[in-house]
Amino acid sequence: MSLSINDLHVDVATEAGPKEILKGVNLEIKPGEVHAIMGPNGSGKSTLAYSLAGHPKYTITSGSASLDGVELNGLTADERARAGLYLAMQYPVEVPGVSMANFLRTAKTAVSGEAPKVRTWVKEVNAAMNKMGLDSDFAQRSLNEGFSGGEKKRAEIVQLDLLNPKYAILDETDSGLDIDALRVVSDGVNRYMEQGDRGLLLITHYTRILNYIKPDVVHIYVDGRVVDQGGPELANALESTGYDKYVSAAKADA
Amino acid sequence: MSTTLDLGDAPTPPDNPVASADRRVESHLHPSPSWDVADHPEPVGTEEVWRFTPLHRIKALFAEPDPGARIERHVDLPEGVTLSEIGAQEARELAAEGPIDRVAALAAEHAGTISRLDVPNDAVVDDAIILETTGTGAALAEHLVVTVGRHAQATVVLRHQGSARYAAKVDVRVGEGAHLNFVSVQDWADDAVHGGQTSFVIGRDAQVRTIDVSLGGDLVRLTDTARYDGPGGTLEQFGLYFVDAGQHIEHRLLVDHNQPKTVSNVDYRGALQGDGAHSVWVGDVVIRPEALGISTYEQNRNLVLTDGAWADSVPNLEIETGEIEGAGHSSTTGRFDDEQLFYLTSRGIGELEAKRLVVQGFFADIIRRIGVPSLEAKLMEDIESELAVTMGGAQ
Repeated sequence: MSLSINDLHVDVATEAGPKEILKGVNLEIKPGEVHAIMGPNGSGKSTLAYSLAGHPKYTITSGSASLDGVELNGLTADERARAGLYLAMQYPVEVPGVSMANFLRTAKTAVSGEAPKVRTWVKEVNAAMNKMGLDSDFAQRSLNEGFSGGEKKRAEIVQLDLLNPKYAILDETDSGLDIDALRVVSDGVNRYMEQGDRGLLLITHYTRILNYIKPDVVHIYVDGRVVDQGGPELANALESTGYDKYVSAAKADA
Repeated sequence: MSTTLDLGDAPTPPDNPVASADRRVESHLHPSPSWDVADHPEPVGTEEVWRFTPLHRIKALFAEPDPGARIERHVDLPEGVTLSEIGAQEARELAAEGPIDRVAALAAEHAGTISRLDVPNDAVVDDAIILETTGTGAALAEHLVVTVGRHAQATVVLRHQGSARYAAKVDVRVGEGAHLNFVSVQDWADDAVHGGQTSFVIGRDAQVRTIDVSLGGDLVRLTDTARYDGPGGTLEQFGLYFVDAGQHIEHRLLVDHNQPKTVSNVDYRGALQGDGAHSVWVGDVVIRPEALGISTYEQNRNLVLTDGAWADSVPNLEIETGEIEGAGHSSTTGRFDDEQLFYLTSRGIGELEAKRLVVQGFFADIIRRIGVPSLEAKLMEDIESELAVTMGGAQ
């Protein structure tokens, strides 16, 4: 049982043709574990997130990614979600005219294979929103439309709570959050992890969120591969030294 | 496959604006109005306003309608509202605008039914006023005048169904401070042809919202014109069309900002599917030299669901003063937004279901403005069955 990534190579489609972004990534996340991936801008952190979730722009050219033994390569994005994967996006997309309530019910029905019980579902949705500091009337608003940056991130964690996937990837969910929102979001993620059998891949540019969500393993990620890994102390070291030494080392290698 | 035009908020006035308060709109897109059919020769297809229209399919409306043919009409008239037959002369005197093309001129000249719907001054009508027209295969023409009195409030719904070659001249006069919701639903049978002109005059401080819904028919070609009768009027025009294989749906709009401090906002949205599905949207806004401090925005968005469908979309702004609050327009035509689909599918929702959600959402934004719950529900169902044509039934 794990989210297991082995020597993963990924191309992105560009106007000039495919370009390799991930150059051999290895990672294994077991249930109950929090893994943080940290890296400078442009290192390919988001590409890892999107290629695991199945964005059509990215192609896995070699290597593998599997979720509890199910190979993800070749599955569509919705099949991966139904297999138990969730991606909280850095920039959640607005879908005008589709209410949060309708969207959440449709998504829950899709991942659980049956429609949620009418009687309890509305309460569950309201509770999940209130826990994230969102008013119940958000359910009637169009999905992400007109939400502030912070509200969008909170809504991503509302979905994490309600869809309750086996493994979640948070792609820079902390970026742009003020300290109050960061606490609320972190509390939501910690509640999700307290179930004990869920796995988390936390992608971040900053060490700040790691004060609230304790990682078991920290991976330093530069130029499409993991260049260093360790315990939470690695994040602390990074706080004082920054990414410079890793970036220059990667350049020297190239 | 995607175009976006946006003039932003800083238009430049032309070099030599012609200042004349009551002149007609000298726009090549909108010929001079005239009640005389002879002033509107049969189009040959090279005219700017006809170049998108398949003339052979609208030809029936260039000739006189069947003699004696009258429309079949079911009416829901709330208390205080009257519908009466009037004479041709009275209809012309009450009209908002003369006919601007042959179809409208013939409709007025040979109308089998000439009537006036009146909402008196200060009447606040809660229930929708519904005029349902059912075609029975004949060539029909009508002239309808709607008058909404000072400070009145009403919702008027015109529903069209059945099979017909139908030409209509509709005039709507909205009094000072009145609020009018004006809905026109084209839910025709597959072989129907519908053409005509609907013209609005918007009184001082009046608020008018129009919602045009075109779903059925072989060919639908509607021209709306609007002008203001005093400062402070607001016009919102919403449109929704769903074009299937072989269908031609054309909406042409002219908003004439002839008064200061007036507002217009146009938002037409369409979805197209199937071979030869063709939509045309032409939006024209004229801002006259005296129309100081106005604001206008027009947009048209088309969602092309399959190969073989074609959307023409032409926004125009003719600006004769720089002293305005804002003026802009945008037009987009394209496939589904990949990022929206990815977001929805990444939550486990299948691709077809995701597409259905996006289209429903796209139209729900328009439908919810109608304000007649039973009609709103019916239209959402209609959209659902249109979608079933290319995307199968709901999961």
